[in-house]
Amino acid sequence: MLDDFFIRALLAGIGIAMVAGPLGCFVIWRRMAYFGDTMAHSALLGVALSLLLKLNLMVSVFIVASVVSMLLLFLQKRGALSTDALLGILSHSALSIGLVIVAFMTWVRIDLVGFLFGDILAVSEADIDIIWGGGILVILALVYLWRPLLASTVNPELAEAEGLNPERARLFFMLLMALVIAIAMKIVGILLITSLLIIPAATARRFATSPEVMAILASLIGAVAAAGGLFGSLHWDTPSGPSIVVAALALFVLSLLPVGWPERASHSSHGGH
Amino acid sequence: MLNFRSPDTTPLVSLTNAGVRRNGRWLVRGVEFSISRGEIVTLIGPNGSGKSTTAKTAIGVLKPDEGNVERVSGLKVGYVPQKLAVDWTLPLTVERLMTLTGPLKGREIEEALASTGMLHMAKAEVQHLSGGEFQRALLARAIARKPDLLVLDEPVQGVDFSGEIALYELIKQIRNRTGCGILLISHDLHIVMAETDTVVCLNGHVCCRGTPQAVSQSPEYLQLFGRRAAGALAVYSHHHDHTHLPDGRVLHADGSITESCFPGDGHHHHDEAENVHDHDADCGCGHHTRLHGYETAEKRGA
Repeated sequence: MLDDFFIRALLAGIGIAMVAGPLGCFVIWRRMAYFGDTMAHSALLGVALSLLLKLNLMVSVFIVASVVSMLLLFLQKRGALSTDALLGILSHSALSIGLVIVAFMTWVRIDLVGFLFGDILAVSEADIDIIWGGGILVILALVYLWRPLLASTVNPELAEAEGLNPERARLFFMLLMALVIAIAMKIVGILLITSLLIIPAATARRFATSPEVMAILASLIGAVAAAGGLFGSLHWDTPSGPSIVVAALALFVLSLLPVGWPERASHSSHGGH
Repeated sequence: MLNFRSPDTTPLVSLTNAGVRRNGRWLVRGVEFSISRGEIVTLIGPNGSGKSTTAKTAIGVLKPDEGNVERVSGLKVGYVPQKLAVDWTLPLTVERLMTLTGPLKGREIEEALASTGMLHMAKAEVQHLSGGEFQRALLARAIARKPDLLVLDEPVQGVDFSGEIALYELIKQIRNRTGCGILLISHDLHIVMAETDTVVCLNGHVCCRGTPQAVSQSPEYLQLFGRRAAGALAVYSHHHDHTHLPDGRVLHADGSITESCFPGDGHHHHDEAENVHDHDADCGCGHHTRLHGYETAEKRGA
């Protein structure tokens, strides 16, 4: 039986996965997995601040994630600590500050597990509007930024020498990441957002012949994982976020199975499917 | 393409006393040269002497901290960077690489790939190419966009000796056919492309500059490299008479140490004829530290 809340969850999950796919490709290509994780962890600080200051939840998460990413870029440029050490510091302190602030607000009762791991029941119709509206905005921005973003992923100096603007592309990319984190938080939860970005994209690599094909495949694979995970979640009464991630992982493992990696040594990237 | 009223007198790029500073240290200082249409300028110098920095400053990737860099407006650059590693998670064929920074017609892509002998590899993923093939793919990409200025940072790295000759031939043809200006960074301190109009030797500043002497005029080199190379290679004979110490001071050939070595400050001894730059394992000239196993470097040193 498909209840109303489940249709909403499906629409939300598929919508987010479709956006997360192409963005996740860049996260993989640019080796930014931990960076994405840090931005996602800072979302809990955003949740805490939205409760404290009575701001809209998504707006607050978007602002905090953006600020954290800008802060990281700034600290990276100063170059006092290595990037992974900076990420470790920012990631866990933002998460912890969020948890501490929430603990102080004894008058507020929040479902912490829901924020950390996602909650289907939390999806309202307004959320679906935001997910699809925001999602279409992100996709349009990605299409517009595609060439400078891809060129600067290969080599920022090459991109700049030939008249593109890698700095601006990177800035917008950070903002898009923050936006996706803000809208994905309710479905998969803060701790699992990065996996929705990375796993479908990694699965798509196996079958992709061009960056564009990989981005589209990642979207489709993510959508299948979201739907599969949500059905599993309904069937076995498991939490929605982890179920989606497990479904994505299952697809990833399947993509490894048929022929295996050594086949890549030849020039064909099309596997047994 | 740019329209020039007087093509030979308007430099595409000119650097005047340009210097780049990072973390309180001058990477390169006092650089002066210009490139006009149809002109080939070769930068040489030991590792860390500021060759790539200078090239990046010329095309605007780096901003000079002193001095001036002027480029004609709308200058279209084709750039082959020294290091370019494509992450294997990025599925990128040679064909797709061609349109990385701008759209091209299918015919333009084919022509460029054919001219570098890479047409048969158009569908190959770039991660599967050998060092030499990758360099040719990058060169094809840079020329396909029909640039006004082609900037090649060590384009023959990872290419064997006869491949190097062929690449220099190709660069010459590109220059002759399109009339673009070319800024070439050489990995070799003494051997440069024969068509080079000006050699600029850098070592944190402009050490010296001049025109190369064709190999075909030098019997020793002719014997060493053979007839085929003679048309493509040239010798730039010059002497390194000082070393830059880590603290920024300068150790001269006569053992004296001074604060700087700017031309005209009296510390250059270019007339001490036999004081030629010695190559040994730690001289930093790059002959022994290259990644791709440049086989002929050793033969040449011999």
